[in-house]
Amino acid sequence: MASENVEIVEKYSRWVRYCHWLNVPFLFIMIWSGLLIYWANDAYVKLPDAVYQALFLDHRLAEGMGWHFAIMWLFAFNGVVYVSYLLVSGEWREIVPMRRSFRDALDVVRHDLGLVPALPPQPGKLNGAQRFAYTGALALGALVVTTGVAIYKPVQAQWLTEALGGYPAARFEHFVCMVLLLGFIFIHLVQVFRAGWANLRGMIAGFDEASNLQPQPKESSQTHVTREGRSS
Amino acid sequence: MKRRLVSQSELQARLKKSLLAGAVFVAFALGTFFAIRFGPQSQQLPTALRKVQKLNERVGERILGAGERAGPCKAPPEKGTPPRVNGLIGLDDDVDPETYRMIVESGSKRLELKIDDIQKLPRTEAATDFKCVEGWTEVFQYAGVRFTDFMKIEGVGLHDDGTPYPYVGMETPDKKYFVSLDTKSMMSPDTVIAWEMNGDELAFENGYPFRLIIPSKYGIKNLKRIGRIFFSDTRPPDYWNKRGYDWFSGL
Repeated sequence: MASENVEIVEKYSRWVRYCHWLNVPFLFIMIWSGLLIYWANDAYVKLPDAVYQALFLDHRLAEGMGWHFAIMWLFAFNGVVYVSYLLVSGEWREIVPMRRSFRDALDVVRHDLGLVPALPPQPGKLNGAQRFAYTGALALGALVVTTGVAIYKPVQAQWLTEALGGYPAARFEHFVCMVLLLGFIFIHLVQVFRAGWANLRGMIAGFDEASNLQPQPKESSQTHVTREGRSS
Repeated sequence: MKRRLVSQSELQARLKKSLLAGAVFVAFALGTFFAIRFGPQSQQLPTALRKVQKLNERVGERILGAGERAGPCKAPPEKGTPPRVNGLIGLDDDVDPETYRMIVESGSKRLELKIDDIQKLPRTEAATDFKCVEGWTEVFQYAGVRFTDFMKIEGVGLHDDGTPYPYVGMETPDKKYFVSLDTKSMMSPDTVIAWEMNGDELAFENGYPFRLIIPSKYGIKNLKRIGRIFFSDTRPPDYWNKRGYDWFSGL
């Protein structure tokens, strides 16, 4: 029955998957409750009242603060667990961009936009663009917590608030982090949809078929040759 | 990366298990959210969230030392700049400076203070980056008497054995707006019973003749037009706390 056997790799470990999926409801509630708070003083993007009403975001400041300042603990704690796991296990090496990742990322973007047929060869589990995106999202998470503390405790943690440029600046930075995170989520979802089931299955069950990890040998060798030619 | 040969059936079983765990997780997450959102409420907020507010209050007090730190001092606005007016609850009635009395109750003591009685107390001046729960901020200059100095009048705020009452209650003369505060935050040197803002006598809509300025709390705690101050062993009612907001509201 050898033909029924599949060659697999362990793509995402248990901890990474748990943290990832827990982050979904936590981040969703943080953004939702954040918008309930934002409504009370919509200083940056003024949405028409009808939009707030249609999304049920109006006149719910107290509720927004109640949720925001409760789930913040879970959101931050989950992030700390995730980063600690990456550090302890050494898996951060799979996620943090490498020296070649920047060029790889450009190649991946060009490929995904349909400009070039081939993906660059991929050392490790993630390609260059993924490394930048996932590390960037993690940095945004750290930043959104930091700016959040600065506007949550602007008196007790005033050194932090002042370091971020004062209360209104910190509130704006917190908002920008949220918008960037929304942008990340949007692109992430589009890419997950494009990549298909085998890729999504990696985040659900942890494994992927070994053949999915690298671009097709023919393509990768072609790109490899081109790259060699360019760099010499 | 380690590669491993696994049978199809084993992979299918593993995927099934993960999908089942995922389904349980989704059900649990949704169930928890709706149980909290539509479960028992206390003062217009889910009781579960009220419990976290208490936890946050404790973290704020014990780790950050809430109420002890000074509100950030800023360059004061130009004299005469009208301070932003955001709420007028409790300010409907006229105030006659001749007949106005601030009632102070502390145990068996009951004082009726005239405007002059208060304004002759030691004056202090400061500027603070005032913050509204809505998310805006404005620098105010304010002048008045520190609450700690105010408490020296006949030793109000202290039990007979000298220990302070843990709570301070305040209300407008018409009793339509009311707040309650922890005495610790009230005893911060920045907490002032003010009769001046931005260099001018308090305007009617800013709480003439006396208002509370407590920079370590959101604006909702900075009651305008003090009619009565009382000290209590139990937590007095609070206008916005009854409407879903955090009681402590510490910054």
